[in-house]
Amino acid sequence: MGRYLTTLRVFWVASLTAELEYQANFLIELVATAGNLMGSIFVLSLFYGRGQSLGGWSWEGALVVLGVYTLLEGITSTLLQPNLSTIVAHVRTGSLDFVLLKPIDSQFWLSARTFSPWGLPGIALGAGLIGYAAWKAGATPTPLTLLGAVLMLVASLMILYSLWFVLAASSIWFVKIWNATEVLRSVLVAGRFPVSAFPAGLRAFFTFIVPVAFLTTVPAEAILGRASGPWLLAGGAVAIASVVASRWFWNFALRFYTSASS
Amino acid sequence: MAPDRMAIVRAQGLGKTYRVADKQPGLAGTLRHFVNRRERLIAAVRDVSFSIEPGEFVGFLGANGAGKTTTLKMLTGLIHPTSGSVEVAGCQPQHREADFLSQITLVMGQKQQLIWDLPPLDSLRVNAAVYGIPPAESRRRIAELAEMLELGDELRRPVRKLSLGQRMKAELLAALLHRPAVLFLDEPTLGLDVNAQARVRSFLADYNRRFGATVLLTSHYMADITALCPRVLLIHEGRLFYDGSLETLTQRLAPCREVRLELHAPLGAEAFASYGEVEAIEGREVRLLIPRERLTEQVGRLLADLTVVDLSVSDPPIEDIIGRLFHQGAVA
Repeated sequence: MGRYLTTLRVFWVASLTAELEYQANFLIELVATAGNLMGSIFVLSLFYGRGQSLGGWSWEGALVVLGVYTLLEGITSTLLQPNLSTIVAHVRTGSLDFVLLKPIDSQFWLSARTFSPWGLPGIALGAGLIGYAAWKAGATPTPLTLLGAVLMLVASLMILYSLWFVLAASSIWFVKIWNATEVLRSVLVAGRFPVSAFPAGLRAFFTFIVPVAFLTTVPAEAILGRASGPWLLAGGAVAIASVVASRWFWNFALRFYTSASS
Repeated sequence: MAPDRMAIVRAQGLGKTYRVADKQPGLAGTLRHFVNRRERLIAAVRDVSFSIEPGEFVGFLGANGAGKTTTLKMLTGLIHPTSGSVEVAGCQPQHREADFLSQITLVMGQKQQLIWDLPPLDSLRVNAAVYGIPPAESRRRIAELAEMLELGDELRRPVRKLSLGQRMKAELLAALLHRPAVLFLDEPTLGLDVNAQARVRSFLADYNRRFGATVLLTSHYMADITALCPRVLLIHEGRLFYDGSLETLTQRLAPCREVRLELHAPLGAEAFASYGEVEAIEGREVRLLIPRERLTEQVGRLLADLTVVDLSVSDPPIEDIIGRLFHQGAVA
């Protein structure tokens, strides 16, 4: 375990040194993320123009959902996107061989190898928006609701990670999988809005097929202190199940790679 | 042969069969294949057995597609054998246990593990962490290997700014940092110029002596094999054809040397019949094969009889030697 922590530190220090060559990027990224967020808030405000509400959510509640979405986007650009997109390159160039020859878990290596600081503005803005909107909504955090909120955020990350990892890992069969992960990204955009804002059919799709509901709506409910026990349990269960599934899938894919590659 | 208890690498009846889609070219072929999938089995490696003792330096020869890389991948656990068994450093490679992986290394001339945009030192730090080498010890090893490889400042420059030769040396350093007992080297000198090849070669010999490491090396350059490998394994069409000393093999396989001539004016093939076997004629350039024992005599005659602009003598490329051999059926 200690070796994994040391390795993680070395991984991230190495990638930070590489990225920090370009300081200007940080400012550009901050401006871009802030602009993006403003746009989303504007679109959201259109729904609340004449005292209407979105799927039974108050304006402040919907802002919490948007905050969670922004936070996830930030983590995506920091960890998921830079790591998981290289899996495809590893398969194409054959450098996956080097990863498999290291005495360390290959899924760990592929998922944690790089750390890109460009998502940090998104993480900060998302967290800020969550805090502000939750305060405006009159949420009164207790240790229990805080714990629930953190757990649901972690669960939502686990789900997002697993979905993405499984798609990237399937590049072992279909080397050009890049488009599929783009499709995933655009479906996830639905997470900007509370899931109850969608028609019943889509709502079912976003809950059971691509669990967008668990990515933003359920964590937002937990932050607002109104998540029900069953939803929390379901969120945790879906998270654990998807990580286990991603692990199983990776081992399955590797079995294929190691028995078929030339 | 009784199983050797000392062996560090042992393959017993090793085989690998690939399933390959049997598809006709063109759209029609693709559609037909989509509806009615037909697959062919291709035996890349068949019934290969050998064993290598600790500290041995073994050359692994064969034409492209003979099964060298497939065998190396089975020995390193990257692919599972279809039949037979492998044992390397007391482990079964295909389980890829940490204990096994810490004892081996694989260097591939056409693939690289160093991070492109960073100096090699950063990649080395990553490797040290992954293999659990303490910082002080890893600094000591880097200094030692860098000295052996004649690497200095290059370790602090981004990999993309290094020459091919410097990059290969840095790759070797990264592959050897954890001091593996068994080295699998797949074309480590590929594309390097003659000087860089020679330096890599002397490093490998030095490393093998200093650490008693076992090395299995594939190369297209006969010079690598002659300089380094007292023993060679020759694989052809997936089968092991020869296992023994290099000397015996060269006498058997390459009784001839290749003489390249550049003439003042082009001549027909019949003009060379009395000197040796004509390999190729391209305009004024001629390649001849002349038996070793008659080399001096025939070269003397060539120089005396013809107007020669340039002349060089070399061992024919491994591919040619092997190709000739199997063409003539000299080994079977």
